Amino acid sequence: MNESERDAFDQALDTRVIQGRSLWVDAWHRLLKNRAALASLLVLVVMVALVIIGPMMSDWDHEIPDWDNYSTPPSLETGHLFGTDALGRDLFVRTLIGGRISLLVGIVATLVSLLIGISYGAIAGYFGGRVDNLMMRFVDGIYAMPFMFFVIVLMVIFGRNIFLIFVAIGAVNWLDMARIVRGQTLSLKNKPFVEAARACGATEMQIIRRHIVPNLLGVVIVYVTLTIPQVILIESFLSFLGLGVQEPLTSWGALVNEGAQELETAPWSLLFPAGFLAATLFAFNFLGDGLRDALDPKDRV
Amino acid sequence: MRQPVLKVRDLSVHFRVDAGRLFRHDYRTVRAVDGVSFDVMPAETLGIVGESGCGKSTLARALLGLVSAQGGSISWLGEELVGLGEETMRGKRREIQMIFQDPSGSLDPRMTVGEIVAEPLKTFYPSMSRLQIRERVQGMMQMVGLLPDQINRYPHEFSGGQCQRIGIARALVVNPRLVVCDEPVSALDVSIQAQIVNLLKDLQKKLQLSLIFIAHDLSVVRHVSDRVMVMYLGKLMELADRDSIYLSPRHPYTRALIESVPIPDPVLERERARRVLDGDIPSPLDPPPGCVFHSRCPHARDACQAEVPAVETLEDGAQVACLFHRELAAHGPAVQSPDQGSGVADSSSVSETDSSSPEPR
Amino acid sequence: MALLEVRDLSVSFSTPDGVVHAVNGLSFDLEPGETLGLVGESGSGKTQTALALMGLLADNGRASGSVKFRDQELLGMSSRELTRVRGSKISMIFQDPISSLNPYLSIGDQLIEVLTHHRSLKRKAARERAVEMLERVRIGDPLARMRQFPHELSGGMCQRIMIAMGLLCQPDLLIADEPTTALDVTVQSQINALMGELSEKSSTAILLITHDLGVVAGLCDRVMVMYAGQEMEMAPVVTLFAEPAHPYTEGLLNSVPRLDRARSGILNAIPGNPPNLLQVPAGCPFSARCRHAWEACRERPAFAEVGPDHYKRCHLERLPEAPPET
Repeated sequence: MNESERDAFDQALDTRVIQGRSLWVDAWHRLLKNRAALASLLVLVVMVALVIIGPMMSDWDHEIPDWDNYSTPPSLETGHLFGTDALGRDLFVRTLIGGRISLLVGIVATLVSLLIGISYGAIAGYFGGRVDNLMMRFVDGIYAMPFMFFVIVLMVIFGRNIFLIFVAIGAVNWLDMARIVRGQTLSLKNKPFVEAARACGATEMQIIRRHIVPNLLGVVIVYVTLTIPQVILIESFLSFLGLGVQEPLTSWGALVNEGAQELETAPWSLLFPAGFLAATLFAFNFLGDGLRDALDPKDRV
Repeated sequence: MRQPVLKVRDLSVHFRVDAGRLFRHDYRTVRAVDGVSFDVMPAETLGIVGESGCGKSTLARALLGLVSAQGGSISWLGEELVGLGEETMRGKRREIQMIFQDPSGSLDPRMTVGEIVAEPLKTFYPSMSRLQIRERVQGMMQMVGLLPDQINRYPHEFSGGQCQRIGIARALVVNPRLVVCDEPVSALDVSIQAQIVNLLKDLQKKLQLSLIFIAHDLSVVRHVSDRVMVMYLGKLMELADRDSIYLSPRHPYTRALIESVPIPDPVLERERARRVLDGDIPSPLDPPPGCVFHSRCPHARDACQAEVPAVETLEDGAQVACLFHRELAAHGPAVQSPDQGSGVADSSSVSETDSSSPEPR
Repeated sequence: MALLEVRDLSVSFSTPDGVVHAVNGLSFDLEPGETLGLVGESGSGKTQTALALMGLLADNGRASGSVKFRDQELLGMSSRELTRVRGSKISMIFQDPISSLNPYLSIGDQLIEVLTHHRSLKRKAARERAVEMLERVRIGDPLARMRQFPHELSGGMCQRIMIAMGLLCQPDLLIADEPTTALDVTVQSQINALMGELSEKSSTAILLITHDLGVVAGLCDRVMVMYAGQEMEMAPVVTLFAEPAHPYTEGLLNSVPRLDRARSGILNAIPGNPPNLLQVPAGCPFSARCRHAWEACRERPAFAEVGPDHYKRCHLERLPEAPPET
């Protein structure tokens, strides 16, 4: 029997079987009842779709100036929905391109820190004792480094590079993740079902993979939704200081920086990027709160 | 003559704990299990009773190698388990399985019933196909009284009794020869308790299982066990056949335990002559010297403080660790049996006597 | 006049998964000095009944009906008035003694506080009274214990202290929610003996909540058996054990293995599982598990008198002969 036949066979079997509601499905149903979280989720989906598709739809480019319009306010006539900046570049496209970078940095850096943090924290927490001690002291050591100086030094030595921003933010953010995961693992490994798995002959690695990590995910997901906005904010801060992405590429932080300089003559160039940034951060935080409520097992009767 | 499947000799499990306060370490050794010996016969149920801190759960975990023993020997079908490497010990867990106290807590909430029951199969028979696994799992579910079409449901969708059935299915799916049941029914309601007890006994008969049944509820242990071992603060107090331990307990602690259990019959319960033990169970951190029970024993003498009583094997095979058990034997039965002669032939003579004043035997 | 009159008490909780009906129209009386046992399995609503009486339901809980204590309606009472009743006229002890004591206060302080608060005693008088009470619950060296903290004492000792605290103000009613369930067998029998002794000597009525039929047999005057938040049967203790009239009571009695009986093959388990309190069945809640269930059971039976002071909620005239033990 080949793979596809087997799947078909399984499916045929499954039709005779009652499907259970996993904790994930339960949490999803609870999340759907939470209006604020749901609206936030919608905002984020729209935002992601917009930054991906938006620039392709527009007649303008984020690098090429419109020679006829310097610093024009938003108008339908010119076709510049958000106006243009001092160099005549379309602000709508630039805001979306900036959003691409900001969201990309936020998500990729968080995923990197997630991967390192989960494996590091789960191993430290599960094995405990000396291993745990050693691994967590290392974390403490890195924690003690002044992060901003570290980033600035990196930028100064290697020049401004978007890849470096990932590295810099990821290098610091996994520490938090590792600590949280370790704490959760410590409490999980004393749960009866982990002992039951050991009694069933599972190896340590099987236990971590099958029992510890899936049960960590709830907490991790909440933490991720709260980390992404944090990372976006760090990136914006770096860009605001002029240490972020390089022109002609841009990010929301860089745009806010530019806009702030022209606040009196062209307020729209601050308003739109700042509005997008704020809306995204808001949405992530609300979603995180909603997820926390939905995944919290204390709600269960 | 039948050979025991499990021979435990002089088993000791010690933990080092830090009883100190801030800035000051005070490492002490807790002798959770201290020099315990017993056998388990094929298809037999050995009950282990004792109160908190008596080491019964630690003993269970030591048998599976979940905690390591410091001394003594555990011989499984002639093979020594103490000192085995982690890998080899893991393999042994196919033959020795365990059922846990907390029915829903011992099931991973993110896994379906099918995945939970299949886990030992995947570990011990990695070459089994998915179809074979599914068949085996569903067969097992049917055997423990669950509907096989619930294979994709999650633990939180089941009641406590059903969760315990899932735990039993998981333990039995790899055809173990010995199942260690650690308080399997104490978290369940009485009506469900009876279901699970019946199920365990039924499966034991069908599969010729040996069971170690650990509980603090003496009534349940009396019902399921062939022999009963009584533990106190890590030590064996008494080990004897079920009926002899309940009808003529030899150790004063056994007697006290039996007398402490309330009987669901208002007339009998109020007429019962009972001696309530004084005081609390001492901390396992510093157990009393000599006989560990002497601090609460109503019959304690000076010698009990000075000497650790050896475990003595009597004519009928019973084992007692008490210096004066022969003298105390004159005190008569602890429980007056009201159901004259229903199955206990040799005890009916006792039960017909006046229930409030036990006569010396 | 009854000390406590409960009429048509219902307790429900709103949860994200729907409304949980924990108690459904419960009525009973408690006479002064009497010990009434509330027996049932988990989810039978016995603990929620007690919490409703004390006004201690969780935030999402709602109680309706009437609870009259000495002709005073407790439901709907303002929290200030309730506080005055609680602790001085009604007190409660819980299943987990160690965590029901405040870990940051010494035993003495906690006992004294009760008296200075409810009885307006001076500290010195309160201290004397507290020591006296500790002696009454058989605590050795009470002066030393007064200075200790809950975590330094064993579970049995903490439960004695809880009982002492409950009785400090000489309440009319003591509610004991599974007071011995968390304790070891030998300690359990100490506490049971103490409770029995106290209920004989004092005029305090006790509402004893438990799942242990043995404890009920030893301590209670009357027993009420609950299932799915309803009363199934109520009778004087001897009657209930000797002639159970409800199939559930009979099932409970038959399903416990008894220490004083030799093994008799399989236990007579009650088949099935307890009902889901999100959807309480319209008829008799036990009918789904009852071996005698018939068509009439689709309607909820009345709680009718079947003998002197003996009530049951069942359509059967009388129980058929018990099946022979196998």
